Amino acid sequence: MKLRLDKKDFHSFLRGLMVHYELFAPVQLGEGVSVYKKIGDPSEVALLPSNPQKPAKEVFFPQSETMFRYGKVGVQTEVTSTEKVERKRILLGPRPCDLKAVSLLDSVFAGKDYRDVYYVNKRNATTVIGMACDQPLSTCFCSSMDGGPFFREGSDLFLIDLGEAYLVEVLTEKGKAIETNEFLKEADTNDLELAREIEQKATKKAETSLSLEGIEGRLDRMVESPFWDQVGEKCIGCRICTYLCPTCHCFDIVDEDLNGKGERVRHWDSCLSSLYSQETSGHNPRPTNRERTRQRLMHKFNYFPKNVGRIACVGCGRCVLYCPADSDIRETIKEIQKFKCQSSNAK
Amino acid sequence: MNNPYLSIPMMVKKAYTETTDRMLRTLELIFQKEEDKKAFGFIPGQFCELSLFGKGEAPLGIASSPTENGSLKFTINRAGRVTTALHHIEEGEEIGVRGPLGNGYPINLFKGHNLLVVGGGFAFTTLRSLIAYLLEPQNRSGVKEVTLIYGARMPGLLLYKKELQEWSERDDMKVVVTVDVGDQNWKGKVGLVPNVLEETAPSSEDTYAVVCGPPVMIRFTLPKLKALQFPDERIYTSLERRMKCGIGKCGRCNIGHLYVCKDGPVFSLEQLNKLPREG
Repeated sequence: MKLRLDKKDFHSFLRGLMVHYELFAPVQLGEGVSVYKKIGDPSEVALLPSNPQKPAKEVFFPQSETMFRYGKVGVQTEVTSTEKVERKRILLGPRPCDLKAVSLLDSVFAGKDYRDVYYVNKRNATTVIGMACDQPLSTCFCSSMDGGPFFREGSDLFLIDLGEAYLVEVLTEKGKAIETNEFLKEADTNDLELAREIEQKATKKAETSLSLEGIEGRLDRMVESPFWDQVGEKCIGCRICTYLCPTCHCFDIVDEDLNGKGERVRHWDSCLSSLYSQETSGHNPRPTNRERTRQRLMHKFNYFPKNVGRIACVGCGRCVLYCPADSDIRETIKEIQKFKCQSSNAK
Repeated sequence: MNNPYLSIPMMVKKAYTETTDRMLRTLELIFQKEEDKKAFGFIPGQFCELSLFGKGEAPLGIASSPTENGSLKFTINRAGRVTTALHHIEEGEEIGVRGPLGNGYPINLFKGHNLLVVGGGFAFTTLRSLIAYLLEPQNRSGVKEVTLIYGARMPGLLLYKKELQEWSERDDMKVVVTVDVGDQNWKGKVGLVPNVLEETAPSSEDTYAVVCGPPVMIRFTLPKLKALQFPDERIYTSLERRMKCGIGKCGRCNIGHLYVCKDGPVFSLEQLNKLPREG
């Protein structure tokens, strides 16, 4: 079902949705930084041509999340979990890359082993209005990561910016619930033709020559390669890549306590942090940047594929855009793909 | 939906120091709710995250056998913030327990074969669970010959002395207890565990080996096992890593694509050889 939403009706459309749903969408904080937040008024929504800085994972897996509160009562402790069935919500504006990342995170948090109630409750409550990427950046490489600027995986409704209006594709049962909104009209053949053109242009622009063929096997044989010394030396350990990466999911758990009452909170963490795996004895299995950068890359292109069958990178390019040391994961992959591992001095 | 981050309350029934250096303390915990007691079933080798609200959690191997009535024993090495707090907790106080976690020892593989258990220092905790379980009357005929070689640096650092004494008196298992350095009261063997293993020379035929100990002991024990013809797929060990969630989500404890908390902590040498060498 293909519908059309005129941009002049956009705020009214959102206002109509907000009667039944909480709305999460990108907003602009000063200085060009945009993040996903819960919306109070539709005028806050900032659907810009580029991807928001912070990825959509934050809506399901917040940066800081209280898991439960506790209070000591004599020798016992009363524990109150914060898990709840969430109010219905809409996630508006994530690009195909961020959405693909969310479905990768589903296999971590919403798989059959130990379902993460906090994540699952939010996921179940959410209808996704995804957005096509009509102006991919030069740092984008989603097409090399089994994705593309118009991939619809993970969207319940899919928006394509036609200029004066959005083309709205209704893709799932959840999406159908929104179909009846009074501002959605039927799209005409011009709209469909324009959308097709935009899709073709964007897909062409996003083509890259980066190949992942055989990378898992190659990495298996490269574990002890001096290649990682180079990668590790360039990295300054600022961890911005893990912070902005839509598929990174490492977290820390801490108790925040005041006089016997407090909360157990989980926070985003980074495997690139020097203390990340340090044990109480002082022993650290990953003592230098060499081991830690190796861990991150192996996790994305070897360990996660071994466990789940998919590459854990979506080609959003945020790490490329924001790394202060100018590390480019595409260059790193290219170097890995040149590796002919017969002996340790083959490069 | 079950929340895997929530613990069950357990009360400290008994707490006592095991070793003369006062670094190891055993806690015996009992369930506070009947439904928790009924639902908790585990196999030797599994661990729990012990939760001290306000301090944090620590992953600890279960030292008691699953057949020990409605209580769980943990032996805690005082090393950091949470374990120090666990050393100060009093009888009658309550703590949170999350578990059982991890994969446990492959008892089904051991059935019908001989078992060699080699332990060192305070890594002996889950080995106590394994041996106590296999020696139960209903389980004893499951495995054939059982040999235990256990050593500590000094007599005062040996764990579970009462059990060691009982096991030594059995005629259906061989027990060799050794210390690196004896004292004036020590009448038993003196020698490093790898050397005592070599001397004892248990047969590797139809035998599984379980080895747990400090890294230095493992490093010297593995070549001795190899020399005795134990193949990699019949040598098992239990690993440790810094952990937080304990359920394979926070990403912290992996070795290669396996998580020590979820796919381990028990691994065969054959499995470990295929993983990247990390720490």
